[in-house]
Amino acid sequence: MIAVIDYDAGNVASVTKAIEKVGYKACLTKDPKIIKASSGVVLPGVGAFGDCIDKLRKYDLIDTILESIESKKPFLGICVGFQLLFEEGFEFGIHKGFGIFKGSCVKFIPSKTYKVPHMGWNTVYYTRQCNLFDGIKNNSYFYFVHSYYTDSDDSCVAKTDYSCTFTSASQKDNVFGVQFHPEKSQTLGLRIYKNFCNMCEEKC
Amino acid sequence: MLAKRIIPCLDVKEGRVVKGINFVNLKDAGDPVEQAIIYDSQSADELVFLDITASYEKRSIMIDVVSACAQNIFMPLTVGGGIRTIQDIRNLLKAGADKVSINSAAVRNPDFLNEAVKVFGSQCIVVAIDAKKIGNDFYVFIDGGRVNTNKKVIDWLIEVQERGAGEILLTSMDKDGTKEGYDLELTKLVCENSTIPVIASGGAGKMEHIKQVFEIGADAALAASIFHFGEVSIQETKKYLLQNNINVRI
Repeated sequence: MIAVIDYDAGNVASVTKAIEKVGYKACLTKDPKIIKASSGVVLPGVGAFGDCIDKLRKYDLIDTILESIESKKPFLGICVGFQLLFEEGFEFGIHKGFGIFKGSCVKFIPSKTYKVPHMGWNTVYYTRQCNLFDGIKNNSYFYFVHSYYTDSDDSCVAKTDYSCTFTSASQKDNVFGVQFHPEKSQTLGLRIYKNFCNMCEEKC
Repeated sequence: MLAKRIIPCLDVKEGRVVKGINFVNLKDAGDPVEQAIIYDSQSADELVFLDITASYEKRSIMIDVVSACAQNIFMPLTVGGGIRTIQDIRNLLKAGADKVSINSAAVRNPDFLNEAVKVFGSQCIVVAIDAKKIGNDFYVFIDGGRVNTNKKVIDWLIEVQERGAGEILLTSMDKDGTKEGYDLELTKLVCENSTIPVIASGGAGKMEHIKQVFEIGADAALAASIFHFGEVSIQETKKYLLQNNINVRI
């Protein structure tokens, strides 16, 4: 069973539906026991960096998340859930993240050419091999919605261009993160979930 | 490179599609979920449901539609029409919508936008602007185009951006339903004054119209009848756009 962490972070229903669609059991939960018993953890995220951290704190999920990461089972952060894995974020103030990936999240500078949020389908190109992208061609399109980004090279596995070059996916050991929304990226997005869930299964 | 988006829109009344897709393989032309699945298979970039249910009580039906859609399709879904409260937004997002589009409620109470952005984030708050040209200026209309707010489109655009809107859904009332093409003057004006993405709407009748609106700067093109009646498919449109050097996702 894959635990999808439930902390009022927007449309998480599609994350569990996507996992179910690729043939795995998903449980939307904030219960540390269930998260501990899972074979893999997904940390979704919609909204502001600081707000998300505050909610995780409010539901007492910080330690549970750190324990999951330390337990070496596969862990996947999505969008703001990915950004939270970095050291800090600057959305509405300075906020500390989990610090798994080195670097921080900063805001895109809006212009007529590059509107903010960066919203829509953009291409993702690989900077090193990562099992999350098994069977997916380099330069494939995924769906993005975000105003903040990181360009950290630490643990970076894929990048995307939008006014600058930013990190669109990272991996460090058992911890994966993607800036785009695989649950909104049709067939290729579902393939990401399948690849992730396959890794979780192997760890069972 | 970020692709230009093609967004089919379905008008839904009491859980049924009003202007249905004219496809032979459809079992039930009125079922929004079935039509959403077709658009998903055609690689639509997003989908918009416009709830035109008149009675407020029957609006809960839309929640079931969104929920059934979320089980079957994995692309961004925006729901608009009659959204008035934070609870309305919460219900739709919880059911599986990614964005909501707000129109009249934002004009009547602009602070509602700030509140919605604070609770749910800019990325899911779309402001729908229905515009009509009077004299030399474009004005904002609400209540399904019945009421002139006397606000100029540009003034309202700047205000909603300051209040944190994440995207603009711009409909030309003069062009809507004409199939003569998008209002290029209006769209250009809004795109040039916007730092958030703009979806152009109203008037698409052929593929060339979509090309024109992208060329003048729209980030996304919304279309209803051009796709509903099977005149052209989304794939055909995208191929045509690529041939004309417009970056779309195939």
